[in-house]
Amino acid sequence: MITVEAVTRKYGTFTAVDDVTFTAGAGRVTGFLGPNGAGKSTTMRIIVGLTRAHAGTATVSGRRYVDLPNPGVEVGVLLDASAQHAGRTGREVLTIAQRFMGLSPRRVEEMLEVVSLTPEEASRRVRNYSLGMRQRLGIATALIGEPEVLILDEPANGLDPAGIRWMRDLLRGYADRGGTVLLSSHLLHEIEVIADDIVMIGNGRIVSQGTKTDLLHAAGTLVRATDLPGLQRALAESGITATLSDHGALRTDSHPEQVGKAALAAGIALTELRVADGAGLEEMFLELTAVSQRDGAVA
Amino acid sequence: MSTVAVGAGPGRPVRAAPHAIPLTRVTQVELRKMFDTRSGFWLIASIVITAFLATVGVILFAPDSDLTYATFVLAIKFPVAVILPMIAILAVTSEWSQRSGLTTFTLVPHRHRVIAAKAISSVLVGVVSVLVAFVIGALGNLAGTAITGTTLVWDVTVTAGLYFLLGNVMGMLIGFMLGVLIRASAGAIAAYFVYSFLLPTIFGLLAANVAWFRNLQPWVDIQFAQGPLFVFESTLTGEQWANIVVTGVIWLVVPLAVGLGFVTRVEVK
Repeated sequence: MITVEAVTRKYGTFTAVDDVTFTAGAGRVTGFLGPNGAGKSTTMRIIVGLTRAHAGTATVSGRRYVDLPNPGVEVGVLLDASAQHAGRTGREVLTIAQRFMGLSPRRVEEMLEVVSLTPEEASRRVRNYSLGMRQRLGIATALIGEPEVLILDEPANGLDPAGIRWMRDLLRGYADRGGTVLLSSHLLHEIEVIADDIVMIGNGRIVSQGTKTDLLHAAGTLVRATDLPGLQRALAESGITATLSDHGALRTDSHPEQVGKAALAAGIALTELRVADGAGLEEMFLELTAVSQRDGAVA
Repeated sequence: MSTVAVGAGPGRPVRAAPHAIPLTRVTQVELRKMFDTRSGFWLIASIVITAFLATVGVILFAPDSDLTYATFVLAIKFPVAVILPMIAILAVTSEWSQRSGLTTFTLVPHRHRVIAAKAISSVLVGVVSVLVAFVIGALGNLAGTAITGTTLVWDVTVTAGLYFLLGNVMGMLIGFMLGVLIRASAGAIAAYFVYSFLLPTIFGLLAANVAWFRNLQPWVDIQFAQGPLFVFESTLTGEQWANIVVTGVIWLVVPLAVGLGFVTRVEVK
């Protein structure tokens, strides 16, 4: 379990992480979602003690990370797959981790097999690795100590579709066996597919968090009719606030059943009526992206 | 790519509580890291190579009367004194410039232990390198006198040899300190050349032209203070030792303490 409480980190006048609080529970995959530069990586570095927080605390399994006697066997960390000495071979990078943790040398070959790096690839220097291979090497380093907690920053970057699928299955299995997985991504879809819980961050602040089911449910209803203004009026009369979305449909927080009844009472034929799955989350995410990114106008 | 779940992680049987990582283990790994890249390996190998070249140079170019062990050792001193500090600098700065510190300081979150392990392994490499240089110099002395038919002269006492060793290890620690203080390879190497070439020149000019500085120089100029370590003549006086200690505190210990303060606080990205 990872607990982050009221963590704040400033760079001069800029607050990169602002009063962030969340928990990543055991047996669950927690997706840490936010646009680039939202504070995901800084928060993760604070958890593992690479960056000092100016306020607040972060603990892993109830202890501060620096107080773990041999962190590698308790927490698997992958923050940046490219952060390796380019002149070392992949096998050597894993061997260093294995030695630091005091594990059996056998684990190195085992992990190379788990992440599907061939013996020939493992003997190459990391400078000649593709991003996908570095990512696999990083995942091997995180897993080699058989930790109960995994902290992965954008682990899917650079992986091919088969690799992403493989990693998803791996993390799912990990959580199902009681492990804690915290992974970050700037891609909503990626998080939606794998996470049980979602923590959404923008401009250093948490904007939304909860189970994936709750967040998706809060998305409301999407309804279409030929006579949209008439439908909107009818809904308003029944006390349902609906807003016109950009694709010729109405959106509301009310349940589809209430919307259907109101339309029936007003005698308006509907062309579509459904739960707006995930659209709420997506809209919130796009809004976040819009304010924090230069190409916001497109969103 | 295998889709089989890993036989690892939370599903495994409960283990005993993990033990803290002993400093000996951190040191062994850090020592390994000094050799496990091509650049690291060749840098250390270059000590042997340059010591050999310097020895050959002495045999070829030194006048016969100078073909004594001291000449060989002094010739080897120059490459060794330049390369050892580079090894120490890179052992520290590569964690930042190659960004491997992200992994190192995650696996060993107490950064001062990593730095201590790097200091110990650097000194070990330094001591072994100087001993190897002594051996190469001795072989050169044997070969040189055999070739030229001059008499074999062993004019370096054990004490003088230990002085030489100490001087080289201190030079290496200067490099180590600059690595800790600056944490960037290029900057630390540049700073080392300022330390070992520019500062002594300035101090030398000052001493030559400013009368009151002449008496002060042994107490502020670390290269000047350490000079007697590389002269194979007499044992050092108490005052000379005091000079070495005082300049060592000013130019090595204090900046190292400042650097250690930075290292434990600075963000690793």
